[in-house]
Amino acid sequence: MKWMKNLKTYTPPAFTVIRDDYRCIRCKACVEQCSFDATFYDEEENRVWNWDANCVSCNRCAAICPTEAITIEKRDYSYRRNYSWESHIDSLKKRAIFGGTPVVSMGNDKPYKIYWDHILLNASQVTNPSIDPLREPMELKTFLGKKPHNIEIGDDALKTILSPQLEIDIPIMFAAMSYGALSYNVVEALGRAAREMGTFYNSGEGGLNKDHYKFKGNIIVQVASGRFGVHKPYLDVGSAIEIKIGQGAKPGIGGHLPGEKVTETISETRMMPQGSDAISPAPHHDVYSIEDLRQLIYALKEATEYTKPVIVKIAAVHNVAAIASGVARAGADILCIDGFKGGTGASPQVIRDNVGLPIEFALAVVDERLRNEGIRQDVSIVASGGIRNSMDAVKAIALGADAVYIGTAALLAIGCTMCQQCHTGKCAWGITTQDPHLSKRVNPDIASERLINLLKVWALEIKETMGAMGINSIESLRGNRLNLRGIDLTDREMEILGILPAGE
Amino acid sequence: MYEIDAKNVYYRALNETIRSAIKNHNKDLVIENVCGQYYIGTGLSDPDVTLTIHGVPGNDLGAFMNGPKIIVHDDAQDGLGNTMNGGRIVVYGSAGDVLAYSMRGGSIFVEKDVGYRACIHMKAYKDMNPTVVVGGCAGAFMGEYMAGGTLILLGLTKDKNKAVTGNYLATGMHGGSIFIRGEVDDNLLWNQAMTIKPTDEDYKVIQENVKEFCNIFKNDYNKIMKEEFVKVVPKSTRPYGHLYIPGP
Repeated sequence: MKWMKNLKTYTPPAFTVIRDDYRCIRCKACVEQCSFDATFYDEEENRVWNWDANCVSCNRCAAICPTEAITIEKRDYSYRRNYSWESHIDSLKKRAIFGGTPVVSMGNDKPYKIYWDHILLNASQVTNPSIDPLREPMELKTFLGKKPHNIEIGDDALKTILSPQLEIDIPIMFAAMSYGALSYNVVEALGRAAREMGTFYNSGEGGLNKDHYKFKGNIIVQVASGRFGVHKPYLDVGSAIEIKIGQGAKPGIGGHLPGEKVTETISETRMMPQGSDAISPAPHHDVYSIEDLRQLIYALKEATEYTKPVIVKIAAVHNVAAIASGVARAGADILCIDGFKGGTGASPQVIRDNVGLPIEFALAVVDERLRNEGIRQDVSIVASGGIRNSMDAVKAIALGADAVYIGTAALLAIGCTMCQQCHTGKCAWGITTQDPHLSKRVNPDIASERLINLLKVWALEIKETMGAMGINSIESLRGNRLNLRGIDLTDREMEILGILPAGE
Repeated sequence: MYEIDAKNVYYRALNETIRSAIKNHNKDLVIENVCGQYYIGTGLSDPDVTLTIHGVPGNDLGAFMNGPKIIVHDDAQDGLGNTMNGGRIVVYGSAGDVLAYSMRGGSIFVEKDVGYRACIHMKAYKDMNPTVVVGGCAGAFMGEYMAGGTLILLGLTKDKNKAVTGNYLATGMHGGSIFIRGEVDDNLLWNQAMTIKPTDEDYKVIQENVKEFCNIFKNDYNKIMKEEFVKVVPKSTRPYGHLYIPGP
C-alpha cells in the first residue's frame, strides 16, 4: 500500500491536515484536487484520510472544500528545542537518506532584513503642493534603452539618431518565466495582460510556443546559455532581447528543467527531445569576459539589424557595481539586476538561501557607480527580485531604477499560494505544471483580468504616492533619493543606500 | 555574382552591405580581402544565398544563421556557427574556439583543426540534426553538454604522440553522437561519457559525411576509412538526475 509509512525514509511531516468530520460531507473534492497524494478516500471506512508527510500546504483542498472542513496547520517541531540545530535536523537527514541535495522553488525564504520596509517616502506640505492624480495628468510612461549624451537639432528635426527604445505605459514588466516552468494558460494570461496594459512579458529561456507569437509587440525574448528555442523568428518576434547571465535566486548556477517536465509541447518549444533533461550550462560558453559579452550583444544586434534594445540580466552579487559598469560598457541598452529574493522554478536550496545581495543595495550601488562614471544614460536599469507591492516599485525607482520586473507577484495574482513546489511540476493551482489535468485549473480569461487589475491598482497607488510627493512624472522620481529616508538602519547601511536617516 | 571588397571596411558597414545586397536579390556573394570582420552572415535566413569569403573572417561567423551557405577560403576564428539553426559553413583551413555552440541545424565542415570547446551544447530536434565534420584535431572540452546532433572528428592532422582532442571530452554529454577516427584514450573522457564501437547503422552516417568531406576538400575517401572509428556516447540522458532531491 502506497500510504505505508517507511521508517527508512521517514522525516516528520511539516504540516498537519485537520479535517472536521462533522463538516465533511465526503464529496471527495479534496481528493480529486490534491496533486501531491496527500489526500485519499477509504471506501470501506467511508472516510477521507490525509498523508501529512506529502502535504505541502498549498491550501488547494482547503480552498475547494465546500463545507470548510479542512484546516492546514504548520506542525511545530516535536524535537527537543535547540536553537542552532532544529531547522537543520530534517534537511540533514534528507541528504543522508536520499544522497541528493534538495531542490526548491520561489525565492529565498530566510528572515534576512528587507530594506524596503526600512525606507520611508516623503510627501509635500505647503511649500510644494501635492497633486491629485485623479484630477490632474500623471505620467507613468517610460522609455527603456540607451539615451544619447547630447542631442543635435537639424533644420527642423532631430539630427541625432536615437537608439531603439522599449516604450512602457507603466514602469512594471513581467519577469522572465519560461513556458515549461509555467503552464500554457499562465503564459497566455501574462501575454494578454501585458498587451492590455502596454507593457511586456518575458518569454524566459525556454523558447516561445508558436501560439504565443501573437503577442508580438509585448514580448521580451530571452537568450540564456542553453539557447533553447533560439532562432531567427524568435529573435524577430521580441521587442527586446534579454541575455540572461544570472538570476537572483541562483547566481552562478545554470538552469535545469527536469526530464519529467519536458513534455511534447515543451519539447517543441524548446526544440529538444522529449523526456531529456533541459540543461542550461552555468555560464554562456561563448561569454567568458566582458569583451565576449560585448560580442554576444552585438551578434544579437547584428542578427536583428540594430532594431531592438538588448537587455543583460545579471544577479545581484557582491561586486555588482563593477560588473554593471562592464555590462554598460559592453553595449547593453538595458541592465536588469535581479536581487536574491527573486524567484526560481528550481534551484538547489543552499544556493537560493545563501547566495546574492538584496536588490535594494545592488540597485543603489549600481546607480551610484554608473552616475559617477558618467555612463548612467547609456543603460536603463530594471530592478527585480522581491518587488512585493507598488511601494517597493516606487522606492526602487527612487533608488535609481527605470522600471521593475515582477514574477512572484504576478503568480500570486493568478492564485499561487507560495508553497514552493514549482520544481515538482505538480502545482495544484495549475500555475507551474505541464500536467493538462492540473494546468486547466488556470482560466486565462480570469487570470489575465486579475493581472490587469493588479497592474491598474499598482499604477494608481504609484500615482497617488507621486502626487503626494508633488511629482507628476515618473522621470522626476527616478533616482530621487531625497524623497527617501531610512528608519532602523545603521549609518553604513544608509550610506550604501545613499539615503538620509528619518528626521534629517 | 556580386563582389564586395572588405578591405579596411568596419564590420558593421560590411554586414550592412551584405544584407542590402541580399535584399536586392543577389544570391551569390563573393567577399574579398576579409580581415577579421565580425558577424559575417549572422542572422541571415535566405537558403539560396551563398557567401564566398576570401581572407580570415572574424568571430561569430554565421551566428544565428538559418539557411545560407558560407564558404571560407582561409582559416576562421571563434564562435563559428554560434546557435546556428540551418545552412552550411565550409572552412578551407582551421577554425577557432567555441565552434558550433548550441547549434541546432545545418552542417559545418572544417578541413583542419578546431580550438577549445567545439560543439558545446549542440542539440537536435525532430528532423533538425546538426552535423559537424572536422578533418583535424580538437581542443579540450569538445562536445561538452552535448544534447544532440552528430560530430565527426577525423584527426587527419594528428601528431603521433599527441591526442586527437584535449581533455574533458564530452563532459556532461547527454545526447547525440560523436565519432572519432582512430583510438580515443579513456583519460580524455570524464565520467559522463564512454566509447563504444559504432554499429553498421553508425558507419552509414560516418560514410555519408566523410564522403561529403572528401568531395569538398578533395581527400582520399578510402584512405580515411581504412582506420576504424569509435563512438562517444553519453552514459545517461539525465546525467544529473540523481544529484537532486525534492526540497522541503
